[in-house]
Amino acid sequence: MQQQPLLEVKNLKTRFKITGAYVHAVNGISYSLSEGDSLGVVGESGCGKSVGVMSVMRLIPQPPGEIYEGEVLYGGRDLLKLSLEEMRHIRGKEIAMIFQDPMTSLNPVMRIGRQITEALELHMGMDKKQGRARAAELLTMVGIPRAADRLDDYPHQFSGGMRQRVMIAIALSCMPQVLIADEPTTALDVTIQAQIVDLVKKLRDELGMTVVWITHDLGVVARLVKNVVVMYAGFIIERSPVGDLYTHPSHPYTLGLLGSLPRLDTHERERLVSIQGAPPDLVDLPQGCPFRPRCVFAIDRCREENPLLMPVGPAHEAACWVDVTTGRAR
Amino acid sequence: MLGRRHHREGALIMAQNDTGATTVAAPAPSTDNTDLVVVRNLKKYFPIRRGVFQRVVGQVQAVDNVSFAVRRGETLGLVGESGCGKSTAGKAILQLDRPTSGEVWLDGEDLVKLKGEKLRLMRRKMQIIFQDPFASLNPRMNVGQIVGEPLEVHGVAKGKDKEERVKELLKVVGLNPQFMTRFPHEFSGGQRQRIGIARALALNPSFIVCDEPIAALDVSIQAQVVNLLKDLQRQFGLTYLFIAHDLSMVRHISDRVAVMYLGRIVEIADWRAIYDDPKHPYTQSLLSAIPIPDPVIEAKRQRIILEGDVPSAANPPPGCRFSTRCPVRQERCYSDDPQLREIVPGHWAACHFA
Repeated sequence: MQQQPLLEVKNLKTRFKITGAYVHAVNGISYSLSEGDSLGVVGESGCGKSVGVMSVMRLIPQPPGEIYEGEVLYGGRDLLKLSLEEMRHIRGKEIAMIFQDPMTSLNPVMRIGRQITEALELHMGMDKKQGRARAAELLTMVGIPRAADRLDDYPHQFSGGMRQRVMIAIALSCMPQVLIADEPTTALDVTIQAQIVDLVKKLRDELGMTVVWITHDLGVVARLVKNVVVMYAGFIIERSPVGDLYTHPSHPYTLGLLGSLPRLDTHERERLVSIQGAPPDLVDLPQGCPFRPRCVFAIDRCREENPLLMPVGPAHEAACWVDVTTGRAR
Repeated sequence: MLGRRHHREGALIMAQNDTGATTVAAPAPSTDNTDLVVVRNLKKYFPIRRGVFQRVVGQVQAVDNVSFAVRRGETLGLVGESGCGKSTAGKAILQLDRPTSGEVWLDGEDLVKLKGEKLRLMRRKMQIIFQDPFASLNPRMNVGQIVGEPLEVHGVAKGKDKEERVKELLKVVGLNPQFMTRFPHEFSGGQRQRIGIARALALNPSFIVCDEPIAALDVSIQAQVVNLLKDLQRQFGLTYLFIAHDLSMVRHISDRVAVMYLGRIVEIADWRAIYDDPKHPYTQSLLSAIPIPDPVIEAKRQRIILEGDVPSAANPPPGCRFSTRCPVRQERCYSDDPQLREIVPGHWAACHFA
């Protein structure tokens, strides 16, 4: 039997009005997540990967931002139609988020314990004492030693990796169904990144959470998620189970991204295959396929028509008119 | 000649450290002319001041007794996590931040002892490419002025000559020479980094410190810049000190690699030796932490997850600096500070058990 999706994003479009022009940040993305799924959203800066999830959480400042089309269905309800008050009960309790920069996402003048109990009191109806006990439990769960003693510490008394652990503890405090992680390890060193990735993986498996992991690093998601979507210029240009994406990349952009990465596991060092040029201006997207100006496979059709996602393998779709394995039109 | 040193292939430089004990500091520079830059016992301490009288109450030992040589025409990768002192070392070598003590030899001169006009003349031979192409270019200067400035400052070219040289430099780094009149904000990150590279090349340097030159760029742009750096090295016979935290990129570009931890070099060797057969437990765990973009390999890989965080450089642990996090530490590591020693020819590591 088909499992009912937990979170379904349908044709979501978000734009920003800046000095009279529209910046088209997200241009109709769709995905659905069932309970226990994990999805990696991969792309470079400005591809709309963050704006996409911020729109789901309704965290886009309006104005200048505007979610002008689409639906975000969570348990059958469209989050985009909820009142701000209703949305407050979803955020943190049902869908929680961790951000890139643990230095700026914590309140520097509030004790760590208080920052955790705030959500517990608001969403779970706990009193102060229960809250503190639970907060200590959560900090222990995310691997902070002597947790009970550290509740009265301030954020600056924690290192970067430890702060990100505190952020995760806050995000998990109300046992959310969905955890959205927006580049949570980008600001951290590799050894600390490895700690955090393994922590989230362990918590996901233990708590049965659904995880959306946003990153620019194709290496990180290889270890962590089941499915991947690759974004470019506000579009999803490839969607695939994680294994197939690396063995059969089917969009020229994905192919280029994988080629730009030097690898630790090869014996010879070959020249990196770089993608020429730079991403398009989101105010004035090129007609046709947004990747066409940088694409080595481009054919005439790419100039006129923007390809939609089309099946290229089992549960694998790519938005390209060309079959990259043969270099000919599909 | 590089001057007053004992030259013997494979020999060790014996040096006195602060405590008066004799330490084995580094691989000796070679007898012939293969080393372009030789760094010996380099230290950069930052004083910690407290109180009304700003008394010095401690020292942050950002770079502590680091010695190595960069061979002519090679790329030496210098890797480590944030705060390990790799950028400070780069700046101290170029005398952008004067070292606390130590020697830096370039073309027979000890840069640490030079000042004024003599140092200024040496600066032509060494340049730096910075990490952040958004902060390192003056937003009020156009590209022609930015790239041409070093030519003017050093009195190498002006007027028409300067303009010609700037155009040539822009072509070399893959930018349209007509961009001369444009300003930094009109360029993308990758293009700005190219402008920074053109400026660094303006005086025909022999030695360039690349301080995280691609860390601020997107993946697809990183490859462009790395390919450009490699092409330029071949074309002009440049020598690079490539500072980075991205170990896979360092593996890709370096001939030899030095790994830093808490102000010290803990391992230095040929790139293949570092990556195929790391000797120091820190290098081993660092390598195991790098994600590989392949789910099949990732599923099979064993990771060495390090406990805790890097200790403070103001108060490094006694004994081995890695002893607080090391998975193979023994009793003696807490008191006995391991020195760099040659484990196999050309492969140096600072660990009692390597």
